[in-house]
Amino acid sequence: MTAVVPQGRRPKHITIGRIGIYVFLISAALFFLLPLWIMVVTSLKPMEEIRLGNILALPSMLTFDAWSKAWSSACTGLECNGISVGFWNSVRILIPSVILSIAAGAINGYALSLWRVRGANLMFGILLLGAFIPYQVFLYPLVRIFSMTGIYNSLLCIVIVHVIFGLPTMTLLFRNYYAGLPIELFKAARIDGGGFWTIFFRVMLPMSTPMIVVAAILQVTGIWNDFIFGLTFAGRENLPMTVQLNNIVHSTQGERAYNVDMAATMLAALVPLAVYFVSGRWFIRGIAAGAVKG
Amino acid sequence: MSAVSVRDITVAFEAVRVFNGLSLDFEEGEFIVLLGPSGCGKSTLLNAIAGLLDISEGQIWIGGQNVTWEEPKDRGIAMVFQSYALYPRMSVRENMSFGLRMAKTPEPEIERRVNQAAELLQISHLLDRRPDQLSGGQRQRVAIGRALVRDAAVFLFDEPLSNLDAQLRNELRVEIKRLHARLGKTTMIYVTHDQIEAMTLADKIVVMKEQRIQQVGSPSEIYRRPANMFVAGFVGSPQMNFIKGKIENSGSGPIFVSGQRRLPLHGYEFTGAPISGQEAVLGVRPEHLEVVEVGAWPGFRVDIIEPMGADTVIWCSDNDGSLQVRTSGNTRTSLGEQLALGIDAAQVSLFDSQSGERL
Repeated sequence: MTAVVPQGRRPKHITIGRIGIYVFLISAALFFLLPLWIMVVTSLKPMEEIRLGNILALPSMLTFDAWSKAWSSACTGLECNGISVGFWNSVRILIPSVILSIAAGAINGYALSLWRVRGANLMFGILLLGAFIPYQVFLYPLVRIFSMTGIYNSLLCIVIVHVIFGLPTMTLLFRNYYAGLPIELFKAARIDGGGFWTIFFRVMLPMSTPMIVVAAILQVTGIWNDFIFGLTFAGRENLPMTVQLNNIVHSTQGERAYNVDMAATMLAALVPLAVYFVSGRWFIRGIAAGAVKG
Repeated sequence: MSAVSVRDITVAFEAVRVFNGLSLDFEEGEFIVLLGPSGCGKSTLLNAIAGLLDISEGQIWIGGQNVTWEEPKDRGIAMVFQSYALYPRMSVRENMSFGLRMAKTPEPEIERRVNQAAELLQISHLLDRRPDQLSGGQRQRVAIGRALVRDAAVFLFDEPLSNLDAQLRNELRVEIKRLHARLGKTTMIYVTHDQIEAMTLADKIVVMKEQRIQQVGSPSEIYRRPANMFVAGFVGSPQMNFIKGKIENSGSGPIFVSGQRRLPLHGYEFTGAPISGQEAVLGVRPEHLEVVEVGAWPGFRVDIIEPMGADTVIWCSDNDGSLQVRTSGNTRTSLGEQLALGIDAAQVSLFDSQSGERL
């Protein structure tokens, strides 16, 4: 036997443990990818092919009819304008809600972490407590308050709701981020004569890009996926995509159009999906920063 | 009129009160170093002077004005921090001019002051860089530059050199001293835990411990006549030797006695009349002990030799304990060698063994 002199890179050995890890990882990946696969292939098949029941098979007759139908002519109850109406409603809700909730969270976090506001810890504690109370508890009181002020069932109403419920998480996120910055930076800015807003806009905000990205990811996915607030507060004119998707899937006349349902669902999932793909790295950072939101 | 005056201040951190009526006065143009171990309150005091920390009692006067309730920017101060605290998204030029832009200074004036400060600190070629493109030493120069352009009467330094490596620290230390000399009438208050920085920079050192002032004096006073055992032990490296014993009155004057060791104290300036039989601690700096052929204290044996280049520290001991002796770097000794020590009584310090105060 020739003795091998250890030198250079250490040789890699395939062990049973390693094979086990790969088997587990691959099967877990398949498990989570399977629904996506079924949805994509089903949405690309005509109904005749779906009736055959081979749900895993690739479409033999590729067609995008279901997608265009889902987008522009599927019926949500009595109206048949497709899910596009809901899509644009969701966009109209999303943009102001995301911008306002991030702005409010950043200002809140900045004030709580850097300015010694009297009772800051107590206020922050109460705010966080709000994050742990189930949303359902708020629904009825909020409906009453909004209908008294006369803005119930409007775009403004749903945006306000999203900003309020985004506040605890957004504040936590920015408070922790600003508390992690060297306090001397803030002191230097005060000696240089910056006031509350000047320091925020000229020193702190330019440094907050990573947190703004994380906050945007959390809020975009959270608000886009929201169902119950949209259903309760947005009013019939502004129902978000999730609510309309539900209506499409449940308003069937005669045969259930699986391909249209699947296409509509894919369309509704497109925005969060795109956000996850584009920003996976940042998203994980957001979770690590202590803001986990379902 | 003093440049900075701290009058009876107390700072309250929720339940904890510190300083309890501390007062200090600094003259215009002085370089003052607040020296002490971490947690002694020196940075707290600096922050209180800067207005970054609210005091609960007392007054702070800067340049003859009561600024107790003024915002930091209105106190006529500039400050340099340990972590540099440069604004990361701004260029060096923007960093240096931020304060002036906040104060709505005219553009040509900003330009002039920034260029002048940059030239003084030799950072003109860095003006368009971002802080993350600079080395530690350059960053601290920029931070000093940012303080300079404010044209303040009082400069506050909060451990500005502690994040730098030894060589840069020495370099910038000299630079700060040169800056102070060149600015003339500018008062500088400098916080550090490094006694070398304190000794080399200060006109006046304030030694602090546990939020209390231990001694205020020139570096030479602090070094030669420490007011108590804490100051004596904190300042000076290698540390002062402390020998426990008592004072006895003989016919020819007081004598310090510790076991076999005896030291006649003629030449020592007592603060009060010496009491015979009083328990005392003798403090001798290593350089005030000398290796001699025949001396006052014979019977020492060499334990450890630490050559430091310019001089050599010899640790030697007899039956009563070990002492450090600083000798010239040329001294030839070997381990185990027997030697005698000589002491000049005029150079020693004597402390009360109970209170630690100077006798």
